[in-house]
Amino acid sequence: MLVFILKRLAIAIPTLLLLIVFSFLLMHAAPGGPFTQERQMPPEVLANLNAKYGLDQPLWQQIWSYIWGIVAHFDFGPSFVYKDRSVNDIIAQGFPVTLTYGGVSFLVAVLAGVTLGAVAAVKHNTIIDYFAVGISIGAQVLPNFVMAPILVIVFTLILGWLPGGGWRFNDPSYWIMPVIALSTSYMASIARIMRSSMLEVLNSNHIRTARAKGLPGYRVIIRHALKPALLPVVSYLGPAFVAMITGSVIVDIYFSTGGIGKAFVDSALNRDYAVMMGVTILVGALTIFFNLFVDIIYGWIDPKIRY
Amino acid sequence: MKLTTALSALALFVAAPAAFAANVPEGTKLAENQTYTFWLLDAIKSLDPQINTDVEGSDIVRNLFEGLYNEDGNGDLVPGVALDHDLSDDGLTYTFHLRPDAEWSDGKPVVAGDFVYAWHRLADPATASEYAWYLQLMQVKNATAIVEGDMPVEDLGIKAIDDHTLEVTIETPLPYFPQMLTHGSTFPVREDVIAEYGSNWTKPENLVGNGAYTLSKHILGERVEMDKSDTYWDADNTVITHLTALTINDVNQGLTRYLAGELDRVDIPAGQYPRLKEQYPDQATSLPFSCTYTYLINLSEKGPEALKDVRVRKALSYAMNRDVVVDNILQGGQKPAYNWTHWATAGFEMPDIDYAHWSQKERMDKAKELLAEAGYGPDNPLELTLNYNSSEDHKKIAIAAQQFYRPLGVNLTLNNMEWKVHTDRMQNQDFDLGRYAWCGDYNEASTYLDFFTSYSGHNQGHFYNDEYDAVMKESKTAEDPQPLYTKAESILNEEMPLIPIYQYAKVSMIAKDIKGLPTQNVMQTWYGKDIYRVAQ
Repeated sequence: MLVFILKRLAIAIPTLLLLIVFSFLLMHAAPGGPFTQERQMPPEVLANLNAKYGLDQPLWQQIWSYIWGIVAHFDFGPSFVYKDRSVNDIIAQGFPVTLTYGGVSFLVAVLAGVTLGAVAAVKHNTIIDYFAVGISIGAQVLPNFVMAPILVIVFTLILGWLPGGGWRFNDPSYWIMPVIALSTSYMASIARIMRSSMLEVLNSNHIRTARAKGLPGYRVIIRHALKPALLPVVSYLGPAFVAMITGSVIVDIYFSTGGIGKAFVDSALNRDYAVMMGVTILVGALTIFFNLFVDIIYGWIDPKIRY
Repeated sequence: MKLTTALSALALFVAAPAAFAANVPEGTKLAENQTYTFWLLDAIKSLDPQINTDVEGSDIVRNLFEGLYNEDGNGDLVPGVALDHDLSDDGLTYTFHLRPDAEWSDGKPVVAGDFVYAWHRLADPATASEYAWYLQLMQVKNATAIVEGDMPVEDLGIKAIDDHTLEVTIETPLPYFPQMLTHGSTFPVREDVIAEYGSNWTKPENLVGNGAYTLSKHILGERVEMDKSDTYWDADNTVITHLTALTINDVNQGLTRYLAGELDRVDIPAGQYPRLKEQYPDQATSLPFSCTYTYLINLSEKGPEALKDVRVRKALSYAMNRDVVVDNILQGGQKPAYNWTHWATAGFEMPDIDYAHWSQKERMDKAKELLAEAGYGPDNPLELTLNYNSSEDHKKIAIAAQQFYRPLGVNLTLNNMEWKVHTDRMQNQDFDLGRYAWCGDYNEASTYLDFFTSYSGHNQGHFYNDEYDAVMKESKTAEDPQPLYTKAESILNEEMPLIPIYQYAKVSMIAKDIKGLPTQNVMQTWYGKDIYRVAQ
């Protein structure tokens, strides 16, 4: 097991390096740069800017000094667009926000999705099943950019219960709408995966055996069916978790959370090379880590898997 | 000879000494709650006066710092840190007399040296300010050489005679120079604070400003909060005690939150003004705003041959049905544009533009005639592309243009692209027609008209015209430049290097108890210190 983990971590480093180099090159290949403005600057002003941010150096040198800055000082450089801030500042401000609403959304999505999927499978082809499937399909097809404005109109404008946007760590009323908007489609996916995998498990031999030896229905489900049925859900959860805690640009835009999801998309549009690299590396590293984590959980859920 | 406040705009100092600070009419009952919450479309890129480039950033900077002069609700100059100034006979040396009671938020006096440091910093290549060119625009002595790195910053034409006397030398007389001083990039900053905190100096815990407000919170992309500054020289007349700016990236969402009472001012999304005006007549407002929306025509070598024919350019301009754009698409009180300079610009005399008075039918007939003369028509269609950046409004106008041009036999291919790509193409002359908008830096026509000089760095369509250049050069030293500006506009109308489409309006919802926002200032420059909230 330990060897397996070490091996995976050893592969992670070159993977991240490749990710950095590729993203860096792709970004620089896009037309325009961070200082391309509708209002064109005189060439001497542009030259001063390029010199200050090292954009006048050859590309390989820029990549090298960027990577060296991260390795040696854990410094992702200054933002090219938000000039009072470093990339570290921007991530330190935005990531805790998305981590909070993303983390809560994750819990909500998993709990609700697994319950919904499991109940639907157990009550297969009953009205409860149709209802659960209906909810999950409805949640899946309602995009969050439609749901977000509706939520604000209902809960802020009409009912006046919740603040229409913004963010406070100490006031969960600011979290509710972002969590609803973010978690519903994940919940729907989890419910559908859970339902089909549970159905498959319920038809398998060991369940029939368990029933045959006279175990009560709820014990069969909780003790024997739930755990193996979770396996496909778990493999979905690794990447989903990363996607959720690194935020959603839609949630950030509609609820003005100041989260990292908007910063990521903005950095690409603004050609804010440094912020874009910083967030790409964050998402990349988290993805690698949580995929590893999921693989470890596999071993715990499914005794057939051994590393 | 001492020409104290010789310029007409500055004569107001004497005439209306009470026109600054919140001008609350007598008998007004003020509300208990004196806060003002306004909307920002995007995260503030920088609160550093010399680094900021955005209009929204300027709205914040103007409340945290104060320059030599401020603008009042009509856009006229009123004293800021400077009480007044003298101008030398040759029109090149300004001597500003600074108010002795101006203080920074940490209690230290604001001195002439703070301006000298700020301007040096703006010019310094090491600062790499995107607005370094503003010093060049202001014609400050040696600015260009310093920005290019050929001279030390100490040679810039600004020096402190003593703590309260500041002398600025410019290279050519510039009648509107004082107006340019309300721009944030000329505001003073503190050398010791910047030296101590480096690029972190604009964080709330470090920032020292000299404006009417101090920064209490800045969460990127979420909010900016400001409290009234006790050290501001006019704090006694400042009514609003707390300013909050909320970033809401979606205009419709902003409107919903305004209606829910979370904001005091928000922009109205395109097309919604008539409905809101009917529903909330005392809140929906439309005020002229100094920007012009246009399609630039590529006259460079890379541009299509057909567009080098002025008859084709005129036909394209005539066929653009501006009334449809402003009345059916935007619906926010914007005005159709037949010229370049915004109609409400101070002192600007609109030239007599022939086709502005024609009916659209007359324009279409003339357009067809001109195109036929140039050899194009439905039988020999002209193929052109129109580049624009992704946005619902740009798209709607572009689609409308496509329809306007079809009867002429002009096939317009629409090229929608991401903003940076669009900008890059425009600046490399890779376009036929390109969407563009220009906003005035100061309230005077030259901020628009300089754009089309051959030596302007912005002239992306490469319109080069000797007569135009000569007129604009002459305007710099003329006693009254306005007739020359009118002449320059007439040349643009003759040569048509652009298709002017509409002139902007600031279309917003403003809470009915908020008073003191500017109504007559086409720059829409506002100061928190001028606002107050009346009791309902």
